[in-house]
Amino acid sequence: MTTDRDDTDQPLRLRIPEPARGQHAPDRVRYISAAGEMQKPALDEKVERVALMRKQLVRVLDDEGRAVGDWAPDISVDEKRRGLRNMMLVRSYDARLLRAHRQGKTSFYMQSLGEEAIACGQQQALLPGDMHFPTYRQQGLLISADYPLVTMMNQVLSNEHDPLHGRQLPVMYSSKAHGFFTISGNLATQYIQAVGWAMASALRGGTEIAAAWIGEGATAESDFHAALVFASTYQAPVILNIVNNHWAISTPEDFARGASATFADRGYGFSIPAIRVDGNDYLAVYAASQWAAERARKNLGPTLIEWITLRVGAHSTSDDPSVYRPPEETEQFPLGDPIQRLRQHLEFLDEWDEERHVALQAEVDTQVNEAFAEADSHGSVKTGDVGSARTMFDDVFAELPRHLREQRDRVEELS
Amino acid sequence: MTAMTMIEAIRDAHMVAMESDDRVVVFGEDVGYFGGVFRCTQGLQERFGDHRCFDSPISEAGIVGAAVGMAAYGLRPCVEIQFADYVYPAYDQIVSEAARVRHRSAGDFSAPIVVRMPTGGGIFGGQTHSQSPEALFTHVSGLKTVVVSNPHDAKGLLIAAIEDDDPVVFLEPKRVYNGPFDGHHDRPIVPWSKHPLGDVPDGHYSIEIGKARVHREGSDLTVLAYGTLVHVAQAAAEEQGIDAEVIDLRTLVPLDVDAIVESVEKTGRCLVVHEATLTSGFGAELCAVVQERCLFHLEAPIRRVCGWDTPYPHAHEWSYFPGPDRVGRAMRELLST
Ligand SMILES: Cc1ncc(C[n+]2csc(CCOP(=O)(O)OP(=O)(O)O)c2C)c(N)n1
Ligand SMILES: [Mg+2]
Repeated sequence: MTTDRDDTDQPLRLRIPEPARGQHAPDRVRYISAAGEMQKPALDEKVERVALMRKQLVRVLDDEGRAVGDWAPDISVDEKRRGLRNMMLVRSYDARLLRAHRQGKTSFYMQSLGEEAIACGQQQALLPGDMHFPTYRQQGLLISADYPLVTMMNQVLSNEHDPLHGRQLPVMYSSKAHGFFTISGNLATQYIQAVGWAMASALRGGTEIAAAWIGEGATAESDFHAALVFASTYQAPVILNIVNNHWAISTPEDFARGASATFADRGYGFSIPAIRVDGNDYLAVYAASQWAAERARKNLGPTLIEWITLRVGAHSTSDDPSVYRPPEETEQFPLGDPIQRLRQHLEFLDEWDEERHVALQAEVDTQVNEAFAEADSHGSVKTGDVGSARTMFDDVFAELPRHLREQRDRVEELS
Repeated sequence: MTAMTMIEAIRDAHMVAMESDDRVVVFGEDVGYFGGVFRCTQGLQERFGDHRCFDSPISEAGIVGAAVGMAAYGLRPCVEIQFADYVYPAYDQIVSEAARVRHRSAGDFSAPIVVRMPTGGGIFGGQTHSQSPEALFTHVSGLKTVVVSNPHDAKGLLIAAIEDDDPVVFLEPKRVYNGPFDGHHDRPIVPWSKHPLGDVPDGHYSIEIGKARVHREGSDLTVLAYGTLVHVAQAAAEEQGIDAEVIDLRTLVPLDVDAIVESVEKTGRCLVVHEATLTSGFGAELCAVVQERCLFHLEAPIRRVCGWDTPYPHAHEWSYFPGPDRVGRAMRELLST
């Protein structure tokens, strides 16, 4: 140190992000490309070249419902109809359980309104045996894997038929058989676990790949960065999904993204190919997931995908977004509604119409209502139909140690 | 005096501390614009601007680590962890850093920070919104640990914590934010406005860290409690017709040993209660203190009523929670030995 401080030095000033909130209409999506505009790189394209596309957006469906450009996936009309059905089922399921919460039948619920295409589309691109490490907003993965709705509802109602014995908060599902790792309420912890699972598959010469899931807000956690460094170092066969729905409870994406332009940018600090995708475009979701999955299966390493979407509803049933959320945000969101967009595409193809849509809506609503009636007949945490408190002590360890046995006896003595 | 909920009292403590000392800065997840998911920091950003109270990225390690750095510069950060269940990413910063900066630098640096967090169950929050991790902090040298049970104390202790020259972990049992919950989950909620401890002194005042409070005087037995269990113990005593003395410890480290000894020597019987899991819980420390200092005054073995050694359940919340029935039963058993 050679010089003294000069009192003419400029005082520093801390930058606190000032995103649009409250009454200000937001300018939500940075860098929107036209449908078909972004080219599809070769699977083994150099990361430096994929990086040149970091401000573009993979989009397939245009405003007329045409599927355009080289990302347009080669899938049958039946598969598209199945995607539509899955998304409608998720939406109907969410609506029913939200109502169940209002009716006082469950303690808590979280919906995925507006984000259905992402989980449903990615699930369709993966194979049985692959493993998702989801957050609480990927119910679409289970529903698209034909996990029984009644079982999901029993979990939400926390009743005696809940396969998790009422241990977890509603929506924290788990099903190994359906490639769905047990959800943790602690954000980001599972991102690195997905990488570890994928590393294990590669270590053992398996063929299965993993998919990691995180919200844009939770990318600020250290575990996210740990996941990227492991995925990059070991070139793990994993899809690193970031669902950018623009909100983390009341906090806009700006607080997690910092000064970088996009969340996809995060990948490039680790030399991981990273793309931005229109998350409300089912065909783009399918195509990008398929591309990333194929890269992983061909031993070309991890792919990071930033899905652009909007959290249309409240964060959870404990949240009141009217305090922080600009009005008309949903109406002004430039990427529309995923169900409407796929429907428009099928109509454009002349493979769908109003009549069939109304019939399908009625069909999924009936399926949901019937499932709910069955789940509801088993009662809920609110009616006290929760099974035996003994079960609390199971699975703490593989075998019940003495101190837990004594505590369990005490619970029985007390009841 | 003004009638307040515990949320309002905590908010008021922030207001007073920020008003009197411009080094106090407040940040955490959703605490700025929104005012926190429990609204404990509501109005601070509006009043003091976004350089005194601001939102943070979702990074607990970042929140506490940044607070330690700010404190090293000379600020007095008071940060919020959204739920105690989410403090673990910050544990390294709390344990290895905040708690030891003073000692390892021989007083050259210090970390006068407050890490606030809602704790405890009773809200059907399942295993990630219900934990009581106080023993993870009390086991660490260099940390002060406060657990509040009512609005009056919450304000005075939070101001004291912010003014304290060492790091303070400040635990707020969320189930008593809006009223003195006594464990009777099936009865109507009693608001703080109907409770004497809902009367909070106006303006600046502080309660000394390290001082317990006799919540209920009695002569049959002593209950050592803190947080929600203070109200549970009181309800249990009244329902059982047992003249229990309920001590609200308020601060776990440093512990008010004199208050404990005085009461146990008087009653000769001691019940220790907490919501946290039994094994290696803070209750074990309390039992050791009573045994070391009061053995010859004890007429019965010390008893503990705590959470079971399982993760906090969702559906079986009330089988897990040490409510007035379990506490009352232990009181009877203690008196009959
Ligand atoms: C470690 C941790 N810190 C804080 C929380 C509380 N919390 C739950 S959801 C949430 C916001 C997450 O936002 P984002 O990652 O964008 O996901 P989204 O809810 O939008 O799907 C926060 C802060 C938590 N669950 N875990
Ligand atoms: Mg989000």
